[in-house]
Amino acid sequence: MGRTLAEKVWDDHVVRRAEGEPDLLFIDLHLLHEVTSPQAFDGLRKAGRQVRRTDLTIATEDHNTPTLDIDKPIADPVSRTQLETLRKNCAEFGVRLHPLGDVEQGVVHVVGPQLGLTQPGTTVVCGDSHTSTHGAFGALAFGIGTSQVEHVLATQTLPLAPFKTMAITVEGELPDGVTAKDLILAIIAKIGTGGGQGYVLEYRGSAIEKLSMEARMTICNMSIEAGARAGMIAPDQTTFDYLQGRDHAPKGEDWDAAVAYWKTLRTDDDAVFDAEVVIDAATLAPFVTWGTNPGQGAPLSARVPDPASYEDASERLAAEKALEYMGLTAGQPLREINVDTVFVGSCTNGRIEDLRSAASILEGRKVADGVRMLVVPGSVRVSLEAVAEGLDKVFTAAGAEWRHAGCSMCLGMNPDQLAPGERSASTSNRNFEGRQGKGGRTHLVSPQVAAATAVLGHLASPADLSDTDVATPAGV
Amino acid sequence: MEAFTTHTGRAVPLRRSNVDTDQIIPAHWLKKVTRDGFEDGLFEAWRKDPEFVLNQEAYKGATVLVAGPDFGTGSSREHAVWALQNYGFKAVISSRFADIFRGNSLKNGLLTVVLPQETVDRLQQLVEADPTAEVTVDLVDRQVRAEAPGQSKLTADFELDENARWRLLEGLDDISLTLREESSIVDYEANRPSFKPRTIEV
Repeated sequence: MGRTLAEKVWDDHVVRRAEGEPDLLFIDLHLLHEVTSPQAFDGLRKAGRQVRRTDLTIATEDHNTPTLDIDKPIADPVSRTQLETLRKNCAEFGVRLHPLGDVEQGVVHVVGPQLGLTQPGTTVVCGDSHTSTHGAFGALAFGIGTSQVEHVLATQTLPLAPFKTMAITVEGELPDGVTAKDLILAIIAKIGTGGGQGYVLEYRGSAIEKLSMEARMTICNMSIEAGARAGMIAPDQTTFDYLQGRDHAPKGEDWDAAVAYWKTLRTDDDAVFDAEVVIDAATLAPFVTWGTNPGQGAPLSARVPDPASYEDASERLAAEKALEYMGLTAGQPLREINVDTVFVGSCTNGRIEDLRSAASILEGRKVADGVRMLVVPGSVRVSLEAVAEGLDKVFTAAGAEWRHAGCSMCLGMNPDQLAPGERSASTSNRNFEGRQGKGGRTHLVSPQVAAATAVLGHLASPADLSDTDVATPAGV
Repeated sequence: MEAFTTHTGRAVPLRRSNVDTDQIIPAHWLKKVTRDGFEDGLFEAWRKDPEFVLNQEAYKGATVLVAGPDFGTGSSREHAVWALQNYGFKAVISSRFADIFRGNSLKNGLLTVVLPQETVDRLQQLVEADPTAEVTVDLVDRQVRAEAPGQSKLTADFELDENARWRLLEGLDDISLTLREESSIVDYEANRPSFKPRTIEV
């Protein structure tokens, strides 16, 4: 019987297989950041162990880093200590680090791909659940806990329980104004936050094949929000073109050998998935969340659902609690929800195409009065590219704040946070209670919806904008 | 890791689904560089509400958390497990756990037990009716038992794969076990293709 893409990559990394034991898998690339690594390095020190493969390990600072005044000492002493701890650990153990201020610094999941380190058929791990991002290259990539970080540092391997496979087949054309973000939000709403549990998802079909690498990363990034072990997309010419010439992409004969191997990384025609979901791209529309988990979403044209409409008692209770926390009432049109903050950035939507997309909508328009808009590039490289294209000027002319690279308001570990009761339209990945700041309320959206929302002051898509800059009166 | 064989204690019912790791331990606690001192951050936002179940006198000192479905979703932060342990929990029972959280829990000796939702409901009802009820989570026999005066006894078997169970019962260190396979790792490394990426030249 044929094998799926995920099974092929898995099989190629088995170091040891024994009856009744988890497979021991080799890890090709280990990404580190300051938040989930300090206790792992401590563990190594206590046991007198070294980092086994410093040449397969790389660190960056992202979660705690400020996006303003980066040339000054970090104001929060606890954040500063955590960053200094990473610096000390990397120096002591010989790990390559891109600290704040370095040209390669940025969100770990933006940095790996742009350096060409994320490659098809590799295993990629990081103490960060959004490691699933790297699956866009046909890598088997997943988030791990700190104990596993220590394990990989010490052994470059992980014992891993077997997984199931799920095909998510998206055929057809995405309508105008519908992006990868809308697609993945719709997928999560369909299968639920636990729908992918135990599965590696493979996104496939003509709509996926047409997507750019950056759009594919947006999709794979949020696989974890469906509870999946990982998300993958088979590598193709789009993948090879993205990689060729990047710093760490193979060169010369190695490139040819690599591409020959990468071309084998497709699910065999006779392979069988454990589950399959089929989606017609043409039926999709701009999608936003209304609740407090990423599965609580709906098309922008819909209304806030009535909790009573849920048959399942726990879903009903979850919806009730979500509406209470979000300050929404059943039946309210999503388009009439006013926001006071718009965040464009994160490992989900902080790449150059995302910034271009938001800028194209803001060009010649203004952010609505009373709305604060933060634009945070995913990495310094993304920032430099945006500046070279003049995107920073578009944002600032519209009244948005152009910031330095980092995770920023996606999780509010740095000063970029929502105040209690504030409401955001955010291109990030989690709308959990308090995620962007205590008492903050988050609506997950695409960069396009974020930009249109910034202009109108209420959840909106670009199609809602008139040709003039005049903001229409908003409801609520 | 501390071994887990069997534990008996009082249980606290948490009637919420999709309890994500941001709720278990909010991000600002993640700046700490140790594995301890997270107990005050556990469910920090909810604990501000005096009605929250952990604040109720009857459930003080409980060591078993009986949670709703999809517990531990979201971030990979192992701090969520440390926070539960620092607070005093020895076991969490739910009908479904997020994968990374479950992996993290078992690596730290926090036993996560999967039971059918109906059983979790019954267990929650039992400890709501009598917060002094003793709940036993027995990894040796793979069984949860709960008893309270005037209520029917609850006994439920659970599954845990034999390898994970053995590691927990013995309190084994995963890294030491893997390092016994050193020769397999060396063999694998010797055969990796030259086109695989490297972060630095060594």
